[in-house]
Amino acid sequence: MANPEQTLDEILNLSATHFKVPREKLRPDDDFFKTLHIDSLQALDLLTKLENHFGIELPDYELQGVSDFRTLAGRIQSRL
Amino acid sequence: MNSFQGDTLSWELRDGVVELALHRDACNEIGSSTLEELEEFATAIERVENDAHALLIYSTLKCGFCAGADLRELYRRSNEMERGVAVEGVREFLERIHRVLNIIDSAPLTTIAAVHGVTFGGGFELALVCDLIIADKTARFCFPELRLGLIPGFGGIPRLKRDMGNAVVRDLLLTGRSFNASKAQSTGLVSQVVGEGEALRIARATASQLRKFDRATAAAAKKFIKPIPYEDLRREIDLFCELFVQPAVQNGLRKFVESTEAQPYLP
Repeated sequence: MANPEQTLDEILNLSATHFKVPREKLRPDDDFFKTLHIDSLQALDLLTKLENHFGIELPDYELQGVSDFRTLAGRIQSRL
Repeated sequence: MNSFQGDTLSWELRDGVVELALHRDACNEIGSSTLEELEEFATAIERVENDAHALLIYSTLKCGFCAGADLRELYRRSNEMERGVAVEGVREFLERIHRVLNIIDSAPLTTIAAVHGVTFGGGFELALVCDLIIADKTARFCFPELRLGLIPGFGGIPRLKRDMGNAVVRDLLLTGRSFNASKAQSTGLVSQVVGEGEALRIARATASQLRKFDRATAAAAKKFIKPIPYEDLRREIDLFCELFVQPAVQNGLRKFVESTEAQPYLP
């Protein structure tokens, strides 16, 4: 099982690839809506990618109030 | 006429397959303009069904199949009128959309929803009237109505009850969470999960396969195994209209419509 830092790194890599944003521009405490320039529909798209990548289910309500990569990684880590 | 090009949707009958393409910006939200064109489509389907063996429904928009009812139109119209009049307007809308969806649900064709991306609320209900759902791996299914103080109103609950175990129905309705395509397939909701962008191609291949079968037999088998839950559908309309007058609904709609946050589609 990946450790939290690995999980966070995978999320940043996947987000950069999917939304075509340079990886070096993404930092763990960034607001992913702003940094990735996405709305909530695109956030759901990211959620699908993350679920498929990590092989987990992450109910939408787990994203309540979550807007930074580090907190998102914590939510995902708890499902691994 | 074997084809139609509208503002919100288009359809064409070709080689025994009717293809209905949804294309209303931003994400095929179902309001009065879509309803009018769906009603015309339902009339056309009854006219061409003897020349077809399959119906495919899909979206040409990147965001997904359909994000559900046009909440902005619903909010605007219900705010323009006195509460009682607004509820009657809602009831009329629901009865009209139910008529359309019941026609598609019972059509003597094999119906296939080829979905991708957001398949929420009324969009999910449109997919549910089809015999088969083929989802690409980006598809997400959700009934978010509880977030607005409502229940699904386009027939989603009776059709979910028809097709799925009650525990799954409760999970979808009472948590308002979305299922990805794999989860939806594991519950039996989705027939096939395919690669991104492949749902329409595979739906067409499936429809082509169906050409080999005797149409009357296929239609009879479908009628036998797929009852239309008319009584529950009527009760759903009644319950929706009762709930619509609650203050929570107007508050929920206002919050969605007026939000400038990035999260209106998230809980």
